[in-house]
Amino acid sequence: MLIPCPHCGPRDVGEFTYGGDATKERPDPGSASASDWCDYVFARANPRGLHLEYWHHAQGCRLWLKVTRNTVTHAIEGAEIVGPWAEADQDKRRSDEGQDVA
Amino acid sequence: MSGYRLDSGGLVDRDRPLNFTFDGKSYRGFAGDTLASALLAAGVDIMGRSFKYHRPRGLFSAGVEEPNALVTLRAGARSEPNCKAPVVELFEGLEAKSQNRWPSLGLDVMALNGLAGPLLSAGFYYKTFMGPTRKAWMIYEHFIRKAAGMGAATRLADPDRYEETNAFCDLLIAGAGPAGLMAALAAAGSGARVVLADEQAAMGGSLRGSALQVGDSSGDAWCRSALAVLAALPNVTLLPRTTIYGYYDDNTFGAVERVADHLAAPTEGMPRQRHWTIRAKRLVIASGAIERPLVFADNDKPGILLADAARIYVERFGVAPGHRVALFANHDGAYRTVEALSAAGIEVVAVVDPRPEIGAAARAVAEASGAELLTGQVVTRARGGRKLTGIEVRPYDPAGGVQDRLPRTLAVDCLAVSGGWTPTIHLASQASGPARWHEGLAAFLPGEPTQPWLAAGACNGEMATAACLAAGARAGTEAARACGFAISPVSLPAVMEEVFCDAVLPVWDARAPSKNGGKGKAFVDLQHDVTAADVSLAHREGFRSVEHLKRYTTLGMATDQGKTSNMAGLALMAQESGLAIPQVGTTRFRPPYTPVTLGALAGQARSAHFRPLRRTPMHDWHVAQGADMMEVGVWQRPRVYRRDGENVEQAYIREARQVRAAVGMADVSTLGKIDVQGPDAAEFLNRVYSNGFLKLPEGKARYGLMLREDGFLWDDGTTWRLGEHRFLMTTTTANAAPVLAQLEFLLAAVWPELKVAVTSVSEQWAAMAISGPRTRDVLATVVDDIDMSNEAFPFMGVREGKLDGIPVLVARLSFSGELAYEVYSGAHFGEAVWRKIMAAGEPFGIVAYGLEALGTLRIEKGHVAGPELDGRTTAEDLGLAGMTSRKKAYIGSAMMDREGLVEPRRLKLVGLVSRDGQPIRSGSHLVEANGASAPPRSLGHITSSTYSPALEKYIALGLLENGRDRIGQHLVASYPLKGHEVGVEVVASHFFDPEGSRMHV
Repeated sequence: MLIPCPHCGPRDVGEFTYGGDATKERPDPGSASASDWCDYVFARANPRGLHLEYWHHAQGCRLWLKVTRNTVTHAIEGAEIVGPWAEADQDKRRSDEGQDVA
Repeated sequence: MSGYRLDSGGLVDRDRPLNFTFDGKSYRGFAGDTLASALLAAGVDIMGRSFKYHRPRGLFSAGVEEPNALVTLRAGARSEPNCKAPVVELFEGLEAKSQNRWPSLGLDVMALNGLAGPLLSAGFYYKTFMGPTRKAWMIYEHFIRKAAGMGAATRLADPDRYEETNAFCDLLIAGAGPAGLMAALAAAGSGARVVLADEQAAMGGSLRGSALQVGDSSGDAWCRSALAVLAALPNVTLLPRTTIYGYYDDNTFGAVERVADHLAAPTEGMPRQRHWTIRAKRLVIASGAIERPLVFADNDKPGILLADAARIYVERFGVAPGHRVALFANHDGAYRTVEALSAAGIEVVAVVDPRPEIGAAARAVAEASGAELLTGQVVTRARGGRKLTGIEVRPYDPAGGVQDRLPRTLAVDCLAVSGGWTPTIHLASQASGPARWHEGLAAFLPGEPTQPWLAAGACNGEMATAACLAAGARAGTEAARACGFAISPVSLPAVMEEVFCDAVLPVWDARAPSKNGGKGKAFVDLQHDVTAADVSLAHREGFRSVEHLKRYTTLGMATDQGKTSNMAGLALMAQESGLAIPQVGTTRFRPPYTPVTLGALAGQARSAHFRPLRRTPMHDWHVAQGADMMEVGVWQRPRVYRRDGENVEQAYIREARQVRAAVGMADVSTLGKIDVQGPDAAEFLNRVYSNGFLKLPEGKARYGLMLREDGFLWDDGTTWRLGEHRFLMTTTTANAAPVLAQLEFLLAAVWPELKVAVTSVSEQWAAMAISGPRTRDVLATVVDDIDMSNEAFPFMGVREGKLDGIPVLVARLSFSGELAYEVYSGAHFGEAVWRKIMAAGEPFGIVAYGLEALGTLRIEKGHVAGPELDGRTTAEDLGLAGMTSRKKAYIGSAMMDREGLVEPRRLKLVGLVSRDGQPIRSGSHLVEANGASAPPRSLGHITSSTYSPALEKYIALGLLENGRDRIGQHLVASYPLKGHEVGVEVVASHFFDPEGSRMHV
């Protein structure tokens, strides 16, 4: 399986660590109920088909990615960087491309 | 089988004889022989004994599908069981032994199993396990396991080396027969990177040794010139002796190249095998087809073999399979065997064919050979004792089946059988939808691809050589175009007219109707001794799905994975159920296609290369001191530093005692260390740890607890505030990597607004813990610029300074309960700092102490470590509830008060003291001293144990139900597996100096 790391390019799955369902958002500790927490910590849908999931590029750039994977075919539809580095990475690539043109 | 070497013919080099032994007897073959062809040429009939019934078995095939002729090759450490004789290339001095026989292949006392046949029928194991005979299994298992089996693996270490390599290409072509060669020729001209792999030593597939005219000369000559063209192209890689065994995601393939298996031993520097991981944009599957046998009584007699195998032994090896040969086949293609045998001067006695009409070309071949042509008839039984002497033939009617007439008997010593061909769809089935049924060939073809591959040739149901060449050219062109290459058309060689398998008359069961001699075992699966009767029995007993059939009868299991037997098994099951074969369906073929040696999968990752060893910066010093090094996870750590004659216990007791009496130093470099920086670092730590970190002053350390989101304890360690925005976090050795990954996750996915960066610095810092009442005296002599006094450098203080000129961090932390400091230096200064402290400590009696003493000291203090932080304990369980803040939210805070986690009867951390002077074994369960129930109910268990020099007793930490209310109780620590029981008293977990007076001085 190849995961297209937006920072490093397509890399073998062996470089990554699986991080679970990426559709779950951590509840707000100020207002969440016990059942919200139960849902966040324990409940997983296990869908057949497209699945949004976290992968950690642990043997690479160490960024966390959100990867869209088809659980039936293992086809990977896309991967994006999670967190504040997403924007920085995009800026960098924009400027890299700009330099290519220049 | 009465095989013999023909005077001429074949591709063997008759000028290069090779000597070999089989079961200790010497034989001679030629270069180019396989073990099978050489044994056949030597007239060896029996090459193995069958799996369950120990029936004598002869050579059955000429390829990896071989079910019978399995041998143990070589001897000693290189001994390898279950090698298929037809794929073992002969070499000088080859040593082979037959398997599954005792005392010898000729006389096998286990053949009596044949008499006890009904006991070993389908479902034997299940019935024995589940039924009233369950207890008898305990008695018989040993004998049955010994009787039923394959060869035995050696217990010696593998002396050979295995390599791993990767390859990337546009086209990977699996199989170098006519289709594969043509695909390679078609694609290679475009410049596409082509890898052509074939499991055989010589590429060419069915063209090898073939006299069929292809282009201007023979098929054999055409494939040689095609290979010469391909070998000269820089963009083509030829991989002979290489099996593509598995199809994985993203068109990744596993393949094994047998680099040195054809030699007695690898030469200097040569690997035995090479594992290839190949990524290809397109796969062209040109894997051919495997001939299948026919089912009739005693169809396993030595002398019966597949029809195309008989042809191959004649054409490729110059070996005749017998003197009087008959063919039993249900399609035209098998007549090629008649053609080849009669061309070599071998007498073909008869051709038995159930079809009323046969193709004109096939008829011409049969008539030209002089064989008696018996159409509309089948072989219902084989005759003979230890080898074939004759066949019984009865009329067959496609509507009514085998006719109940007295048989006609023909005397033959070899019967070539063919029930049609089974396309080799193994690779395709790993990346496709359900297999497609082809009615004419009565075979499954590859299903709809789910990954980018194309099939060409016999594996796709294209059985004629001309059709294979055309399909190969098409597939090669299409695949190269799909990879973006421009292709110019390739010319196809003309192929002379040939007989081939265009359609079969499916005859799945040729046994005579039972009242007239229907006796005798009719084998479906030769390797696992599964008979047609077993399939019927499985059906009667309700195992009707193809998956159940396979498991109940073991049909299609074993080293050949049913390559010759699966179709007949499916067909018989379909007949029993009254269903069409495609309705019954087929099992999916999983990798590997043929057995892969574990050595090839392990590659270089064995012994010391299995995983990297991590050594601390002071490693060499420990080794030089004669420390017992032990593996802790991936780390090498000193266990004890034994002195003359000491055992491990004496050593750690001395070390621990010296720490409490004077001073000692331990290497703690393996602790996880994470640099945490940024304006929000304190806020971040405050959300990660269960106790407060916002107000931790600069120059101070704090012990912190981490919980998991589900509220259980996860990790602990100290974190030091080095500056307003800069912290150094330590974690347990085992959790160094997981904690870093979790921190990165939280900063990316949960709190992206926090301005914090985390970096692992575990490798960058050497760390040592110096403990004991004289510690300050020692450090004061080597530390240059840090005021070590209690007032200036209080407990939990952190200072930066120099130690004899070397920059260090010093933190006043204590894991032992003594006055203690941890000194951190840059990793490359580690050994120097260690040596300087050891030298400075000498006048004070400093000792180095290892993991055992480290454990002793922390158990005496009741500090928790890995054995207590087992993922099932909470802070409350371990007496650390005071460290879980009630004033803030943090990871785990929302779930730590769940019903089950605040249950008062949970296992709680307690101390235990041995009452009778015996050691307490870790892992023992705590039970009532005079419990009535047997076995007694477990009240908890021992997590850590040691001898305590401070208390002069054996002590332990344990987790005990409602433990804190049991202080003072007498229990038993029981380890039934070792018959070990110790009386213990429950005490508080702080055994030694519970006020902590010793570390605040």
